[in-house]
Amino acid sequence: MVFSYYPGCTLKNQAKDLDIYARKSAQALGIEIKEIDEWQCCGGVYTSSPDDIAPRLSSIRILAKAKENGGKLVTICSACHNVIKRVNDDMKNNADINLRANNFMQLEERYNGETAVLHYLEMLRDEVGFDNIKKAVKNPINKKIGAYYGCLLLRPNGVMAFDNPENPTIIEEFIKAIGGTPVVYPFRNECCGAYASLKNKPLADKKSSAVLSSAKGHGAEMVITACPLCYYNLKRSGEDLPVIYFTELLAKALGVDGDE
Amino acid sequence: MNNDMQLKSLIEMSATDVRKCMKCGKCSGRCPAFKEMDIKPHQFVTLLGQGKVEKLLASKAIWNCLSCLACVERCPRGVAPANVIEAVRTTVARMQGGDGITAEEIPAEVNEMIPQQLLVSAFRKYKK
Repeated sequence: MVFSYYPGCTLKNQAKDLDIYARKSAQALGIEIKEIDEWQCCGGVYTSSPDDIAPRLSSIRILAKAKENGGKLVTICSACHNVIKRVNDDMKNNADINLRANNFMQLEERYNGETAVLHYLEMLRDEVGFDNIKKAVKNPINKKIGAYYGCLLLRPNGVMAFDNPENPTIIEEFIKAIGGTPVVYPFRNECCGAYASLKNKPLADKKSSAVLSSAKGHGAEMVITACPLCYYNLKRSGEDLPVIYFTELLAKALGVDGDE
Repeated sequence: MNNDMQLKSLIEMSATDVRKCMKCGKCSGRCPAFKEMDIKPHQFVTLLGQGKVEKLLASKAIWNCLSCLACVERCPRGVAPANVIEAVRTTVARMQGGDGITAEEIPAEVNEMIPQQLLVSAFRKYKK
C-alpha cells in the first residue's frame, strides 16, 4: 500500500516524535507513506468564510500533488487533517470557491476535490485493519489509556465523517488493538483551549486541566492524542497525567520504538 | 461601509441560515468558553437575524471563541453559530487597527515547547 503523506510544520519541529514513530510503525506494518515534496503550510486553521480564498490555496497545492501521486493523502496532525479535508470538500462542493481558487492557481489540470484525505488512524482502521495490527503487536501496552479526540478530528461531522462526533470509538478500538484498556471519560471530545493559549492562557489552562482531571478521575494512567496543540495545552495545564502521541505508543507496541 | 452593506457582508460570510434558529440554546449550553463570551453563541445568531451590526462588531467574545464547533454539532436545526462568530471576527480583524493580536504579544518565552501550529493558528484567527 502506498500513500502520499503530509506531515506539516509542527511534525518537523516540536512534534518530531509524532512523525518519526508514524513512519517507523507504517514500515513495520508494510505500508509506504511517501512524503509530498516541496510541501507548504496547510493553512493552520480553516476559515468558514467563503470569501477568504487565499488561506485555502496552500491546502489545494497539497491536494493537487497527492492527486498526481495516486490520489490518497495521509495526514497525522489533527489541525492539518481538519483544514485539508474541509478545503477538499469546498473544492468538490462549492462552485464559487472552486472557480476562484482554480483561476488563481492556474494548475496544469484543474483541481476538483479528487484526492481522498485519510487520517493516519483511518488508514489503520480502514486500510490496514485493527485486527491485523493486533496480530503485529509484539509488546502489548498493558495500561489504562484515555483517548483524547479534541475537536478537529470530529467536527464538523458532516465534512470530517471521522466517527460519531458525540460518542467516538476509533481511538478506543486502536487502544484495544495495541493491547491496552481504553478508559471512556466524558471530556474526551471537549476542547483543550486551542489557540487561546497564546492570548488567553487562563482559559486554555482551565479547559485542558478539565480534560485531564476527567481522564484521571475515570482511572486513566495516560492520555493519547494526535494533535500537537492539544499535546502542548494538556502538558502545560499542570495536571500530572502523562500525555503521549498515539504513534509513539503504536511504535512501542510494534517493537519499533528503538533507535535502530 | 454603511450598515446595510456591512449586514449583507456578514450574512454572506456566515454562510448559514440564521432564520432556521428556534432559540433552544443548545449551542450556548455546549460552549466551552461560555463564561468568557459577552455575547453567547445563540445571541450571535439572533443578533445577525435582527441586523444588529454595531453590537456584533463590538463583541469581545470573538477573541474567546475557540472554534471548537461544538455549537455547530449540537444545533438541531443545522445552523452554524461558529460561522457567524467567525464572520464577525474576520470582519473586525480586517479593519484598520482591528487585529486581535500583534507580534509584540508573542510571549518572550517562545521556547522549544510552543508548537508552530499554535503561532500559525492564533495569527490566522486573530489577525488579517
